[in-house]
Amino acid sequence: MLVVTFVKQVPDTTQVKVDPVTGTLVREGVPFIMNPFDVHALEESLRLKDKYGFRVIVLSMGPPNTEVTLRKALALGADEAILLSDRVFGGADTLATSAVLAEATKKLAQKEEIAIVMCGKQTIDGDTAQVGPGIATRLGYPQLTLVDLIVNVDLQAKKVKVRRRLEGRYEIVESPLPSLISILRRANRPRYPVVPRRLMAQDAPVELWNNKVMGLKEDTIGLKGSATQVRKIFSPERTKGEILGDGANKPEETAKLLIDKLLAKNIICLK
Amino acid sequence: MSVNVAVFIPVLVIAAALFIWSCFRRFRLVLLGKPANRFRNIGKRVKSMIYFAFGQRCTVNHGYKFGLNHLVLFWCFMILLIANTEFLLHGLSPNVISFSRLTHGVYYPLAYIFDVLSVLALASVIIAIIRRLVFPPYYIQARSRDAFTILGLIAVLMLAFFSLHGTEIAQGKEIAAKYMPISNAFSHIFSGASAGTLGAYANAFWWLHAVVLLSFLNYLPYSKHMHILTSIPNVFFRSTTKVNTQLPEEFKKGNTFGVGQVNQFSWKDLFDSYSCTECGRCSNMCPATYTGKLLNPRLVIHDIKVNLLKNGPLIAQSKATNMPLIGGGQEGSIADEVLWACTTCGACMEVCPVFIEHVPKIVDMRRNLVEMKAKFPTELLPFFENIEQRSNPWGIVPSDRIKWAADLNVKPFEAGKTEYLFYVGCFGAFDARSRKVTLSIAQILNTAGISWGILGKDELCCGDSLRRLGNEFVFDRMARDNVKIFKDRGVKKVITECPHCYNTLKNDYHQYGIELDVIHHTELLNNLIKSGKLSLNGSKDLGNVVFHDSCYLGRYNNIYEAPRQAVTSVTHRVPTEMERNLEKSFCCGAGGGRMWMEESTGKRIDVERVEQALAKNPSTICVCCPYCLTMFEDGLKDKKADEKVQVLDLAEIVAGALKK
Repeated sequence: MLVVTFVKQVPDTTQVKVDPVTGTLVREGVPFIMNPFDVHALEESLRLKDKYGFRVIVLSMGPPNTEVTLRKALALGADEAILLSDRVFGGADTLATSAVLAEATKKLAQKEEIAIVMCGKQTIDGDTAQVGPGIATRLGYPQLTLVDLIVNVDLQAKKVKVRRRLEGRYEIVESPLPSLISILRRANRPRYPVVPRRLMAQDAPVELWNNKVMGLKEDTIGLKGSATQVRKIFSPERTKGEILGDGANKPEETAKLLIDKLLAKNIICLK
Repeated sequence: MSVNVAVFIPVLVIAAALFIWSCFRRFRLVLLGKPANRFRNIGKRVKSMIYFAFGQRCTVNHGYKFGLNHLVLFWCFMILLIANTEFLLHGLSPNVISFSRLTHGVYYPLAYIFDVLSVLALASVIIAIIRRLVFPPYYIQARSRDAFTILGLIAVLMLAFFSLHGTEIAQGKEIAAKYMPISNAFSHIFSGASAGTLGAYANAFWWLHAVVLLSFLNYLPYSKHMHILTSIPNVFFRSTTKVNTQLPEEFKKGNTFGVGQVNQFSWKDLFDSYSCTECGRCSNMCPATYTGKLLNPRLVIHDIKVNLLKNGPLIAQSKATNMPLIGGGQEGSIADEVLWACTTCGACMEVCPVFIEHVPKIVDMRRNLVEMKAKFPTELLPFFENIEQRSNPWGIVPSDRIKWAADLNVKPFEAGKTEYLFYVGCFGAFDARSRKVTLSIAQILNTAGISWGILGKDELCCGDSLRRLGNEFVFDRMARDNVKIFKDRGVKKVITECPHCYNTLKNDYHQYGIELDVIHHTELLNNLIKSGKLSLNGSKDLGNVVFHDSCYLGRYNNIYEAPRQAVTSVTHRVPTEMERNLEKSFCCGAGGGRMWMEESTGKRIDVERVEQALAKNPSTICVCCPYCLTMFEDGLKDKKADEKVQVLDLAEIVAGALKK
């Protein structure tokens, strides 16, 4: 049985700067990483593999250089990697993205039974948390979002039991297989790749699925299939708050400034 | 006296055969190890063997007074080896082989020397026994059965020697009686006995001497006293370079990485384990052992030996082994925690009288844990990922590397235009405290009119911690990236702020085909002061300045004097030394990647070192390393002494004394 894991390659957003003149993102020279939430989704998949013997297939949609991230997934322990890449897939919003990912899942399901579709709760570039639910809806799978613990998988009864972390409470949910799970970062601590797997991953095959393979109608995918169009990217003006001192170079002085400020506002007090 | 040759021949043959068989069984296992070239520089090797092994410079060092006792016993042993060889050959053909057949001019002095050396040997054995019984050193298992067995055997051997010669003198058979003072004294014990009794005594003492001698020989391979056979060759095969730089690994599919099974060590590593004399000096010096960590370098070597003896024969027959080398829980298996406790400070290797190389073995085993099993303390995971992703330990945005120079007009390094590359390092660039040191260095370089530049945001981490932590795979990539940058930019001369960068660039990158002229800022500052390029007008009073040697400058690279001279130039007073200084310096606790790990067992090493410094009543503690700086400041806070005592890098001390 399969665990299908979706990962996305994202720019290391902490290294993205906003051009002060144009207000747009400066992406040049910013390294790409595996979306941090997806690292945890992959880890959870690999743990299911270790425990129940599932095969883990990792998929990513993106430009050709996404291969780097897929190889990282292989190094971590994924059994197969598939890259969904085609110019016509480009510019997709969550609607068009989930369309391609759902179709890819269907394609996999034709060959091997799928137990779980796993994804991270959200990406750090888009932050919508919509793609996971989008895939589930399109496939008609139950969607288990905000999961921080997979309690168990009952292979006989074909059920999975998870814990969802909601505001102020937990929810234990049982759902039939196949289900889609979106994982929180707190679910696990990702493993570190061992060297033999890293070496193996360096030249392991990464299957390419372009639209010739997928055969999807162009008006349902990519920019054309997207319901949202980006008009402008800008950084919002700061309307409140202030930046105190120079924390990096004068930490003690800055801490004093902060304490004085907090004292003045009666947020803290001296005994 | 007449020996029963017919009885002695089979005894000797059996004893010799047993000894050879034991040695063969043991030494065959050494060959299970991987190849290592320890045959180059034969001349240098012979010289060091003569100096350290035969000259016993290795046992009488670092203030170990009892090494003198070993020196006496060693030389008695070497010379009495001649007497004992004669004794055995004489037993085989009593009428042909005997020193007494030599001319008197040779025989009498020999008899005298053997007699006197035998009593010296006896005395040193007695001293050793008393030391073990009355004031045993805490760092060894002083009262082991092994030690008393061997000391007892030597004592009995000497007593048998005197008794044998005593009876012979009483029999009137010994022509050199006059020249054998001790044996002569022994002869008085037997003076009243009849000729028949004396004959029986002589016979009994001869056999006692023979049996004890042969037992001693056969006991050796099974005890720590195997070092009698192995330590001299081990000194011969020692690393000929001062810095024992870890060997690189070849990252090819199908290879295994690090050492997870005993035969993955090199033959020299295995031979090391046979050479350990269990003197415990390594453990005595080890900061981890001293502060109650699980690591005890002596036991690491011991466990390797036990593991080899247990698993070696199975491995030789390609059978499965059942005692893991790493894992712990029993003698012969090393716990993970032991390996992670090492600061790679090298104090153990510095004092080892037989040049055992502890640290490379520990790093080799760490490599196995990291590279093959991804098993390491959890706090290292973010460290590894940050370094790999952003080339600094904290995962700070690489473009921030340049922030320290925001208010300065620092030039980028350009070959031909700038002479030196100032390789700032991660601490110097990102750490708020160390940035002050960086600024001091920059100020000094400018004042002295040095032409220098930086790589700025293109500078990468040197990878020191990665290598010491056993993450060789990532280190290898970083080293290649760094070497490429240095080569592409035409970097030849490098100034480093951190001793760890210094050591890595100087000694490790060498393996990647680049010979850089690296200079640590302490050396450079001292040179600038000496050559008059910096004019100092004294600084505000620093009070009593206590100096701390950082391991990677001192022990690793022999830089001891430069920082001391520089401090003296500023303060006009020689810095105060701590008890543990120079090559016996006590690590701050941050080396070997320990900087990035929690220290939850025993006492904190930095606190211990700070206490050692506080014992000297400092106003200022002078360090030369960002790790030491951090650890000392932390330790002082822990001791609530940070108000009274300041920690300064040498660069800050010098910059503070520049003429304004």
